[in-house]
Amino acid sequence: MLVDVEARVIRNTRLSSDYNVIALAAPDIAAATAPGQFVMVKSGRGRDPLLRRPFSVFEVLWSNGRVDGLSLLSKRVGVTTGMLFDSVEGDTVSCLGPLGQPFAVVDPPAEAWMVAGGVGLAPFATLGDALVARKTTTTLFYGARSGAELFYLDWFTARGIRLVLATEDGSIGDRGRITVPLERELRRAASAEVMVYACGPEPMLEAVARVAATFKRQSQVSVERVMGCGMGGCYSCVIPVRDAHAAQHAGSERTRPPHHYVRSCIAGPVFRGEDLVWD
Amino acid sequence: MTDLSVQIGSLRLRNPLIAASGCFGYGVEYAEAVDLSTLGGVAVKGLFLKEREGHPPERIVETPSGMLNAIGLQGIGVHRFIREKLPELRRLRATVIVNICGSTLDEYVELARILSDAEGVAALELNISCPNIKEGGITFGCSLHGTFDVVSAVRKVTSLPVVPKLTPNVADVASFAKASEDAGADGVSLVNTFLAMAIDVDTRRPILSNIVGGLSGPAIRPIAVRMVYECRRAVKIPVIGMGGIASASDALEFIIAGATAVQVGTANFVDPFIWAKLLDGLNDYMRRHNLERISDLVGTIDTSARDKQWISS
Repeated sequence: MLVDVEARVIRNTRLSSDYNVIALAAPDIAAATAPGQFVMVKSGRGRDPLLRRPFSVFEVLWSNGRVDGLSLLSKRVGVTTGMLFDSVEGDTVSCLGPLGQPFAVVDPPAEAWMVAGGVGLAPFATLGDALVARKTTTTLFYGARSGAELFYLDWFTARGIRLVLATEDGSIGDRGRITVPLERELRRAASAEVMVYACGPEPMLEAVARVAATFKRQSQVSVERVMGCGMGGCYSCVIPVRDAHAAQHAGSERTRPPHHYVRSCIAGPVFRGEDLVWD
Repeated sequence: MTDLSVQIGSLRLRNPLIAASGCFGYGVEYAEAVDLSTLGGVAVKGLFLKEREGHPPERIVETPSGMLNAIGLQGIGVHRFIREKLPELRRLRATVIVNICGSTLDEYVELARILSDAEGVAALELNISCPNIKEGGITFGCSLHGTFDVVSAVRKVTSLPVVPKLTPNVADVASFAKASEDAGADGVSLVNTFLAMAIDVDTRRPILSNIVGGLSGPAIRPIAVRMVYECRRAVKIPVIGMGGIASASDALEFIIAGATAVQVGTANFVDPFIWAKLLDGLNDYMRRHNLERISDLVGTIDTSARDKQWISS
């Protein structure tokens, strides 16, 4: 069920000079959220910003055995994320959701490999919980600019989720892109049944989808496009998807296969990696 | 009991609130947020005869109290609409206003013919004002002859109410309302978006892939109110007003300026639950002002104490 609530800020935890996790009293949305779904957020009552912004639900929060809210992982880049960063307990944030198509959660014997880049960690707490609940062996591949921007590592290890890390400065884990260790491990795990999940910058998603396909694994990627409404009303957040009859079209590196635009808010934000056509 | 119903040609709307074309998908997308049967009407996303891809992203950008869009009329085409969306809209008891777009006069006529035979279409809104596609109806909408010709041609082939949607990107929008009336339109709707642009100063590139786009949202409301006021003075047919309406008070401003009904677009993006709030606000106003029929409020702006010389007559 779709809910719009003026959610009270339960707490706002700054993780760094631009990352924060904001906990919102939106229990009805939280209880209805499936991993990979998102909310449209409006911070402040005025007209700057006018439009809502999309955020993956980060955590579903429990208290005394009941869902009492949700949290968002945010990186300060614009007006809305700046307001979320500066929010204090007791402020309200308008929160509309849950929206979008969730991840398909795999069961054993399949393994789940979640690949996160930067703030793209956001959908993997709820997905990780869902996978662990199904006893699916789960790995988080997590890349960031530096070790100081790798967050919630203990949260994942406490749930038995294996971590593989990479940083651009090499301060923790592999130096460079997270797709480097992903490719290495896929090469090693030739016989394992693996579902690859990814969220992060689009070049990373493209690389992950390509690496997964190279090793004959399925992938599910969560995209973020400039979104006006989150409901399918405005047609701004479209992403090119392969035409069905061209699903097997190999395509060259240079020519885009036949495609059409779909609204990432209602057809996504989660897509099968092989369905997307990259810009 | 207040009466919010209004009349557009032969069409009776249960209230003056219409979801604006291009801002509400095909209506069915919003069924989870709003009971479509409680709206005066649902103007669905502009339809061509054929499917259209639209422009590549970026398609929108936020601006002060508004947004620019250049979607490029992505759409499923009239045949898929009738097959895939109209049955659901009928089931939801929506009053469906179909917004139609063509590259040629013949396409408008063809669309009007097809939709006149479809079950569950209440009215046709002629999109002759989309600023974002060069082959579209804007060439009709920016010429008085073009506007007259397309309205007359559609008028001849349909008994459905015909409402051309006018562009504000002309010197005198009232003359376009008059041309529409002369051609047999049952009403006019205005305004479509204002042609505008936004630039990324770091890259020196336009933000929208189409370079230019249409400005909507609260930023344009005062201009739109003025244009509705001018059109009300120029024609006798109903005027459907729109442009930045985000509250009942905004809607009332248009109605008092002369709008028989209003459309709400951008505000629906921000708050898909806005419709009940707008209805409550209208009802509350009617009670406070001891009004029985909202149609009695249309065009009741009192300019008696003002100098009216500024406006050409």
